Amino acid sequence: MAAKPKLAFYWAASCGGCEITVVELGMNLIAASELVDIVFWPCLMDFKYSDVEALDDGEITACFFNGAIRSSENEHIAKLLRQKSQLLISFGSCSHMGGIPGLANFYDADLILERVYGTAPSLDESRGTRPTPTFEVPEGEIEIPTFYDRVKTLAQVVAVDYFMPGCPPVADQVWNVFQALLAGKLPAKGSVVGVDGETNCDVCPREKGESGLRIKEFKRPHQVDLDPDVCFLAQGVICCGPATRAGCGLPCIEGNMPCRGCYGPPDGVVDQGAKLLSAIGALIDTDEPEALQQIVDTIVDPAGLSYRFGLANSILSELK
Amino acid sequence: MKKISIDPITRLEGHGRIDLFLNQDGGLENAYLIIPELRGFEKFCEGRPVEEMPRITQRICGVCPLAHHVAAAKAGDAVYHVDPPPAAKKLRELLYASFFVADHATHFYALGAPDFVVGPDAPKAERNLLGVVKKVGQEIGARVVQLLQENHEIAAIVAGRYIHSVSCIIGGMSKPITEEERKRIVEIAQASVETARFSLQLFDDVVLQNQAYVDMILSDAFTHQTYYMGLVDQDNRVNFYDGQVRVVGPDGQELVKYSPEEYLDVVAEHIEPWTYLKFPYLKQVGWKGFVDGPDSGVYRATPLSRLNAADGMATPLAQAEYERFYDTLGGKPVHQTLATHWARLIELLYAAERTLELAQDPEITSHEIRTIPTATPDEGVSIVEAPRGTLTHHYVTDENGLLKQVNLIVGTTNNYAAISMSIKKAAQDLVQAGRVVDDGVLNKIEMAFRAYDPCFGCATHALPGQMPMIVRLYDHEGDLVQEIRRD
Repeated sequence: MAAKPKLAFYWAASCGGCEITVVELGMNLIAASELVDIVFWPCLMDFKYSDVEALDDGEITACFFNGAIRSSENEHIAKLLRQKSQLLISFGSCSHMGGIPGLANFYDADLILERVYGTAPSLDESRGTRPTPTFEVPEGEIEIPTFYDRVKTLAQVVAVDYFMPGCPPVADQVWNVFQALLAGKLPAKGSVVGVDGETNCDVCPREKGESGLRIKEFKRPHQVDLDPDVCFLAQGVICCGPATRAGCGLPCIEGNMPCRGCYGPPDGVVDQGAKLLSAIGALIDTDEPEALQQIVDTIVDPAGLSYRFGLANSILSELK
Repeated sequence: MKKISIDPITRLEGHGRIDLFLNQDGGLENAYLIIPELRGFEKFCEGRPVEEMPRITQRICGVCPLAHHVAAAKAGDAVYHVDPPPAAKKLRELLYASFFVADHATHFYALGAPDFVVGPDAPKAERNLLGVVKKVGQEIGARVVQLLQENHEIAAIVAGRYIHSVSCIIGGMSKPITEEERKRIVEIAQASVETARFSLQLFDDVVLQNQAYVDMILSDAFTHQTYYMGLVDQDNRVNFYDGQVRVVGPDGQELVKYSPEEYLDVVAEHIEPWTYLKFPYLKQVGWKGFVDGPDSGVYRATPLSRLNAADGMATPLAQAEYERFYDTLGGKPVHQTLATHWARLIELLYAAERTLELAQDPEITSHEIRTIPTATPDEGVSIVEAPRGTLTHHYVTDENGLLKQVNLIVGTTNNYAAISMSIKKAAQDLVQAGRVVDDGVLNKIEMAFRAYDPCFGCATHALPGQMPMIVRLYDHEGDLVQEIRRD
């Protein structure tokens, strides 16, 4: 009998939602655990770095890596798992594009530390004390890691074989990818897997209106009654559907809230935010530069919206 | 002075560490729980529109996303001075109660129960959820998986999805539920009540009927006399979604009861330079360091704390269990940290009962679920009970609703000082004459830690779990003299 495939799961800077989505597989996960050997999964099982270090290079069949790269520790483990794994799969928005933690790239580390330890309103007279990499306590010395200045994606530190987007990836898609992996039917390396090819707009059942979308004013979701059957953009509410790859099954749209883009850009699009802004710009109903500017000004926080999950992976990040 | 490092203290390697320092006699001098990580939500939310916060802040923690989702929606209500319609509040509370069912059950069966049901001395390969299932039977395992999946289904019905929900927005909910959906929720909640009752019975059979476990729960090594915090309704009963925060002292007497917007009068945060996590404490008592008792402002905010801080539970079956709890443990307040597991199951039952009550409320399918805000946004504070403690969101915006300042005091953070103290107390038996006595004692530290269900995903973005440990003991020259591993 052939040896079972060896799988590893790891989380770097993330929230744990990717792990919960795997747990959501429920009985399927228990069934799958019969077919594979899980050699490393810090969240749920007791294996250690040393166990990974002891493996031969390439001994892990596939490693699912979630979370962004926020510290040297994250980067170190990413490199170790890359070396030990035949396939390294970027799992979830944070490892794919930086995710929500990547919004921190709007600020540098010092500004973040100043807010948390300098100006937060609940601080007492210890205000201004900063966590210090090496600190002398009365009994000896304590070391803590240095806070990184920028959030990176997994592919910015190691070569990645497959990308599985989503915050988190939905359980059905995770199961599809597991099955394809076990059957040896994954597509060519470098592919985005666990997704559908089109954009969310293409698969969205909402009515877009008869004469095409024309936007005269942008509105914020809490300021309008949200019609559950009509395209959000047609209601003037920004939805990231035009710039977001399909595959999630539209749970947010089902919840009557607009897409925020966690599945990342569709094929052929490098920068999701730029794509969104150009898609929206094309819908604005005026040719007058002044009127155009007025309408554009009704978009609040365009950068934080169009790069909600992708700032660390964006053109903006490269400029910085 | 000698130093021992326990690294890491969670399954999440590198995101938490305990350093133990020895005195000249080889005994324990001090223990430090070090949290080496930060993501900085307080800063990078600045500039974002406040209505996006329910969808941004839940990425603080994918284990308890609903806590941040709901807290952010409520803080947004406060910023815009808007009061959601009654049906919207009921839908939010239903969603939130159902989330507590899933979260508390996950903790008990996957993290807490392995210690008790499988046993603290069982081989580590069996001390996990699968080991619990093996011990109690496949049928029960399937029942627990069903409980989790069905309560996730409630979140999908009410709020789009469980992990990173979408429907709580400023002024109410983005969508109503249908009569058909309501019926399905009733069905799920009825099954949840039964599974919660079964879980309490299991705890009774396996833990309370075992004198060795009862002795361990009652032992001094797992006891701290602290203040206790929890959200209560107008009758001082436990409430997860709304109300005032009540704080009682080590003697059980009320110290203060406050509304969310008063939190800065009651809670302050202390910084230590050797960790990224801050230490909240009671301002009027003061920060006296890592000590318990009435003169120390250290408080706890856990399931046990909520029971101690309240006068009872708002649902009948949970109230009966509440009374049995204090009758059995000798009255209020209960200071034994390990009793938190039992308190969590009583809350599980309350959450299931409350989900059912709300699903049977005729107003729950109302389409009156939005109040569109008209006031100018400025500042707001909200408080909910997260499963792991009192959760405070405080926002200040400009007149356009863009955030200027965000302050968050999250569930586990409340308990950071107390967890540190519990670790030190449990570790005192660990070290004798400069040696770590045996690795079985490591589990004692782990159990002290795990009772809090600490979620450093919330506090610093790691997750709790069984803790693989390395203890290293160094002599005065810094040479390694002993290493104990449990991997």
